[in-house]
Amino acid sequence: MSAVVTETNSQVSGDTSSRETLVALVGNPNCGKSTLFNILTGLKQKVANYPGVTVEKREGTCFSQHGKKMRLIDLPGAYSLNARSPDEAVVRDVLMGRRHDTPRPDVVVLVADASNLERNLYLATQVLELGLPAILVLNMMDIADAKQWRIDLALLSERLGVPVIPMQATAEKGIIELKAAMSRKLASPPLRHPPIPAEIYATLDLVRQELVGTGALHNFGGLLEPLYLISDHDPEHYGIDDAHLSRITAGHDALEKQFPGWEDVLVAARYESIEKLLHDVLRRPEREESTLTDKLDAVLLHPFWGWACLLGFLGLVFYSIFSLAEGPMGWIDDATGFVGDWVETKMPEGDLRDLMVNGVIAGVGGVVIFLPQILILFFFIGLMEDTGYMSRVAFIVDRLMSKVGLNGRSFVPFLSSYACAVPGIMATRTIASVKDRLITILIVPLASCSARVPVYLLLIATLVPSTAVSTGVKVLIMLSMYALGTFGAFGFAWLFNRTLMKGQSALMVLEMPSYKRPAVKTILLYMLERARLFLMRAGTVIMGLSILLWAAMTYPKSEGDESSRLAHSLAGKAGHVIEPIIKPLGFDWKIGIGLIASFAAREVFVSTMGIIYAVESSDDDTTSLREHMRAEQWPNGKPVYTPLVCVSLMVFFVFAMQCLSTVAVVKRETNGWKWPLFQIAYMTGAAYLASLLVYQGGTLLGF
Amino acid sequence: MSVTTILSDLAVGNTAVIQDMPTGHDAHLTRLRELGLVPGTRVRLVRRAPLGDPIEISVRGSRIAMRCSEAQHIKILTE
Repeated sequence: MSAVVTETNSQVSGDTSSRETLVALVGNPNCGKSTLFNILTGLKQKVANYPGVTVEKREGTCFSQHGKKMRLIDLPGAYSLNARSPDEAVVRDVLMGRRHDTPRPDVVVLVADASNLERNLYLATQVLELGLPAILVLNMMDIADAKQWRIDLALLSERLGVPVIPMQATAEKGIIELKAAMSRKLASPPLRHPPIPAEIYATLDLVRQELVGTGALHNFGGLLEPLYLISDHDPEHYGIDDAHLSRITAGHDALEKQFPGWEDVLVAARYESIEKLLHDVLRRPEREESTLTDKLDAVLLHPFWGWACLLGFLGLVFYSIFSLAEGPMGWIDDATGFVGDWVETKMPEGDLRDLMVNGVIAGVGGVVIFLPQILILFFFIGLMEDTGYMSRVAFIVDRLMSKVGLNGRSFVPFLSSYACAVPGIMATRTIASVKDRLITILIVPLASCSARVPVYLLLIATLVPSTAVSTGVKVLIMLSMYALGTFGAFGFAWLFNRTLMKGQSALMVLEMPSYKRPAVKTILLYMLERARLFLMRAGTVIMGLSILLWAAMTYPKSEGDESSRLAHSLAGKAGHVIEPIIKPLGFDWKIGIGLIASFAAREVFVSTMGIIYAVESSDDDTTSLREHMRAEQWPNGKPVYTPLVCVSLMVFFVFAMQCLSTVAVVKRETNGWKWPLFQIAYMTGAAYLASLLVYQGGTLLGF
Repeated sequence: MSVTTILSDLAVGNTAVIQDMPTGHDAHLTRLRELGLVPGTRVRLVRRAPLGDPIEISVRGSRIAMRCSEAQHIKILTE
C-alpha cells in the first residue's frame, strides 16, 4: 500500500501555460493503444515504474502539426475506473490528478476497439464524465468493417461531444487526422453525470461529504472521486492513503447496506445508456459474420490441432532460445575473456587488476551473457502478445495450471524458465492477477534452467563411470532431476496458493482479441525495452553482488597456489564453518566452498571445484576434474563422492536458490527485498531438507 | 423451447439471455458485469477449451474466456 497521493496537487496540474501539453492515452487492454503510442512517439519514449508499484509508466514526446512539443503518457490498459488492480488504480489516479509524480493530463486520447465498441465505451464514457478535453479514436476499423458494422461517426461525435477519429493503427491509417485533432485547441466535453439512480446519488453525496471532511478527497467538486474510491476493489488499494482506507471502506459498506448491489445497478445503468446510444449509431448484421479470427481459432483452438500447433510453436521457441542464443553467448564469453586478458597485460599486477579482471569484467560479462536469451524470448513473447496468440495459449493450458491454483498466463513464464529464470520472471508481467504473478515468480526458479546442466553433467559423470553404465541410465537420471524440479514447482505453487494471500482468489477472465498482423516496430521496441530494463535494474545489482563474492573468495590474502589461497579466503573459511551444517547431507567443506561460490550462478560450481582440486577443467571437458573428485577422500579414508552424495548434491541443486541474477530480478519485479529473501529461504530450506532426506534415507537403506 | 440453466452448461454454438447473477459484494461478478455480462444481455458459447474448461463466450461483440467455476453463477434462459 502506498501513501503518496493524498495532498492537493494543484501546483503541478494548475499551471498549464509554462509546460508542454500533456496527453494521456487511455483505453481497454488489447485496443491497440501501445501500437498507437509507438507510432506517435517512435524511439522518443522511456519506460519506468510508477513509484512503489510494478506498473509501467510509459512516456514519450511527439510534435503537433505546428511543431509544438507534446508530452504523451500511455496509461496502463483498464476496463473500468472501478479499479481491480494497481494498473487500474494508476489510471484512475492519474486522470483525477491524484498523483504527485504525474500531473493531471490536459488532453485525453481515448482509444477504443471499433469492433468491440459496446464494451470499450464503458470505460470511455466513464472517462468523458471526468470533464477533461478528449478525442475518441476508433481503432481497428478494418475489423469492424469485416464484421459489416456500420458506425455513424458524425452522430457518435455529436452525442458524445468529442471529435471521433477512425483509425487502423497497424496500417498507420488515421494518424495524421489524430495529430491534427491533437493540435487544435480542444474544449472540455459537455458536463454529463454518470447514470446513477436518485436515491443512490443522495447517499453517495453523504459519503462524499464525510470523506471530504477527513481529507481523503481533494477534488472537492464532484461525486466521481468518491464514487471511484469507494468502488476500489484493487487488493493492494494502490494510491489510497492507509489513513483513509478504513473511512473509504466504511463509506462503501454504508452504501452496500442501504442498497445491496448498488455497484451492479450502476454497471447495468451504464450499459443501458450505451445500448441506447449505439441503437442510433451502430448498424450491425443480425448474425455474427465469421471473421478471419474465427477461421484461425477453428484450427488453433481445435482439441487436437490446437495442442499440435502449441507444442510445435513452443518447440520452435525453445530451439531458438537454446541453439540460436548459443552463438552470441559464446561470443560474449570470448569477448569477456579477451577484455580480461587484455586488461591483465596492460595493468600492473595487484589487487586493483584482480578486481578489474575477476570482479568487474567478469561481473559485466555475467550480466551481458543473458542478453541473447532475453532478446530471443521476448521476441517470441512480443509476437504472441501482439498477434493475440498469447491469450489462446493461456486458454488451452488454463485447465492444467488451475490444478495447482495458477492460471494459464503463468504457463509461458514457467516454460521459459527451463532456459533461464531471469527472462521467465520478467515475462510474468503479462499476468494480471497480483497473487498469481507473485506465486509464479516464487516458483519458476525451480524449473531446471540451463545453468544447472553443467552441474548435473559433472555429477552424473562422477556418479557413473562412462564405461560401467549405458547412456540411457544417465539420461534417466537427468530427466528425473527435471521431473523433480517440475513437481517441486507445482507442489510449492499449490502450497503458496493455500497459505500466502489466502482468501484472495483471482478472477480468471481472458479477453480473446481478434488476431492481427504483428507490428515489427512494436515487437522490436518491446525487446529493446526489456533488454534495457534488465541491464539497468538487474545488471547493477548482479554486478555489485559479483564483486562482493569475488572479494570473499580473494580476501584475506595468503601465500600458496590458487587452491590453498581459496581455502584460506573468507569463502574458504565459510566452507569450514558450514561443514557441520552440510555434513548430514554428505558434503565436506570443499563442497561447501563450491556451494557458496555457486550462489553467484550455478554453473560456477564446476569451475570452483576445478580451482579447489587444482585441476584444469572447462564446462565441456571435465574428465580430469571428475577423476579427481572420485579419488577425493574424507580424513578417515572414505570416499567423499559416493553415488549417494552425488545424488544428494544434484537434488540440492534442483531446489536451491543459487543465482544472483534471479534474486536481482525478483527484487526488481516485486519492488523490494521481502520476496527475494523469502524465496532464498524457502528454496534453500527445501534443498536442505530434500538432500537430507536423500542422504540419510539412502544411508539407512545401505547405499 | 426456452430452458433456464447456467452459463457453464450452455451447449457450444447456442445462444442464451442472461437472467440473473448473484448481486452484492463479489468483486469477480461485478467485473464480469463491467465486461458486459449484465442481466438481459445475449451471450453465445463459442467454444470450450480443448480440456473442457475454460469456456469462450461472445458478448456484446467481444470474446471473453472464463472458467466454469465462475460461469456456473450466471443463470441464463436458452433461446
